[in-house]
Amino acid sequence: MIWDFEFTGRILPDLLGGLWVTVQLTVIGYLIALSLGLAVAVVRRVRVVGPIVHGVMEFIRTTPLLVQAVFVFALVPPEISAFTVGVVVLGVHYAAYTAEVYRSGIEGVAKGQWEAARALSLPVSRTWGAIVLPQAIRKVIPALGNYLIAMFKDTPLLFAITVVELLATAQRIGAAEFRYTETITLAGLLFLLVSIPSAILIRRLERRYAAV
Amino acid sequence: MPPSETPSAETPQGGAGQPQIVFDQVVKRFGDLTVLDHLDFSVEPGERVTLIGPSGSGKTTILRLLMTLEKVTEGRIDVAGEPFSHMRRGNHLVPASESYLRRRRRSIGMVFQQFNLFPNMTVRKNVIEAPVHVLGLSKGEANERAEELLDLVGLGDKIDAHPTQLSGGQQQRVAIARALAMRPDILLLDEVTSALDPELVAGVLDVLRQVAETTDITMLCVTHEMAFARDVSHRVLMFDKGQIAEEGPPEQIFEDPREDRTKSFLRSVLDNGF
Repeated sequence: MIWDFEFTGRILPDLLGGLWVTVQLTVIGYLIALSLGLAVAVVRRVRVVGPIVHGVMEFIRTTPLLVQAVFVFALVPPEISAFTVGVVVLGVHYAAYTAEVYRSGIEGVAKGQWEAARALSLPVSRTWGAIVLPQAIRKVIPALGNYLIAMFKDTPLLFAITVVELLATAQRIGAAEFRYTETITLAGLLFLLVSIPSAILIRRLERRYAAV
Repeated sequence: MPPSETPSAETPQGGAGQPQIVFDQVVKRFGDLTVLDHLDFSVEPGERVTLIGPSGSGKTTILRLLMTLEKVTEGRIDVAGEPFSHMRRGNHLVPASESYLRRRRRSIGMVFQQFNLFPNMTVRKNVIEAPVHVLGLSKGEANERAEELLDLVGLGDKIDAHPTQLSGGQQQRVAIARALAMRPDILLLDEVTSALDPELVAGVLDVLRQVAETTDITMLCVTHEMAFARDVSHRVLMFDKGQIAEEGPPEQIFEDPREDRTKSFLRSVLDNGF
């Protein structure tokens, strides 16, 4: 098997298109995971509602993403695109993880901070918004960053519900042209192209916030 | 040992009005542990009371009950002539709701042993946070108040610093300014110098002496600084096992303690170099 550079050049635009879908899935999914996870972490401290939400998130966290994606895709009406289902499932699934990360951050905020807020009669919204969450989130930024990369690497699972992201694109080209060497190698390289800089960026964040 | 009937001779405005704080048969239990055991005492407006006693005798719990960081198990607390641990509903008293407590505790400020400044805010933001978001002051008014108070505690030049850049003593002085910015009627001081290096204690106590001299804030102070207690307080309450073992003006408690428990406590405190 010899590497065919002409073929490589020909398939590159398609693969870049796939990469773009992957990036979109990751970014939108991540935004869902970050915001929903935060909401879950806060609501978990509310009586009655908290344990219910916690139970649901535990269920999501302990079942495979692939199964969730296939299950939801089979349930929703056909007008909803595979991409939408994929991005929502991915976001909600990872929200179960980020919620735990936020929770550890919130629990890491000293008890004295809550007491000082109470002693100043600050309303609940200020206590959370101005005191607890800024401190909690700062501490968990590195841990949250790691989930960005994990999510990025999980996007190919959405292949199962016909989301044509990077790996699915490579598969299609490979099957059509009977050439897998260049396509799969290139797909792998493109994954690296995104994940390595992201990892470096996260390492930097880690160093910056660990210093405090 | 009837505590409230004999307020100190120097108590300001003594006798005329009603007491500012009344503990009526207050019991506080944590599980099986009884921290306060049917405690009765009262504090007059403007009075400065120091609570002393061995650790675990319930002093800090009294402050925490007043700051509504804890709830009474039995009995009741009144502040400014109104129920505080409880609230009126028709002709009954029921345990105070969270919103009732939020409204009532505004008149009370607290300074903690561990300062508890908000590390994510500058000194200025720490001080103006509650005046702006609780009292509804404008940013300008709150800033003016913050500058004034930080000057009072000798930290006018640190207004834009972050708490982590300050020494423990400086942080505690900011915490005092932060509590005073709410213009409380009652100031609770919970071992405010215990976490400080010895050389930083004096600065904090000087600020508190000044507050004591220049304002008529009612002060409840838990401390091991006996010299400070003697200087600023009108009355000293000696606690033991959740009850008041002895009380009186500082000269009497420190120079002529009557109870053996007070004597042995004072001896142990002085032996430890306080």
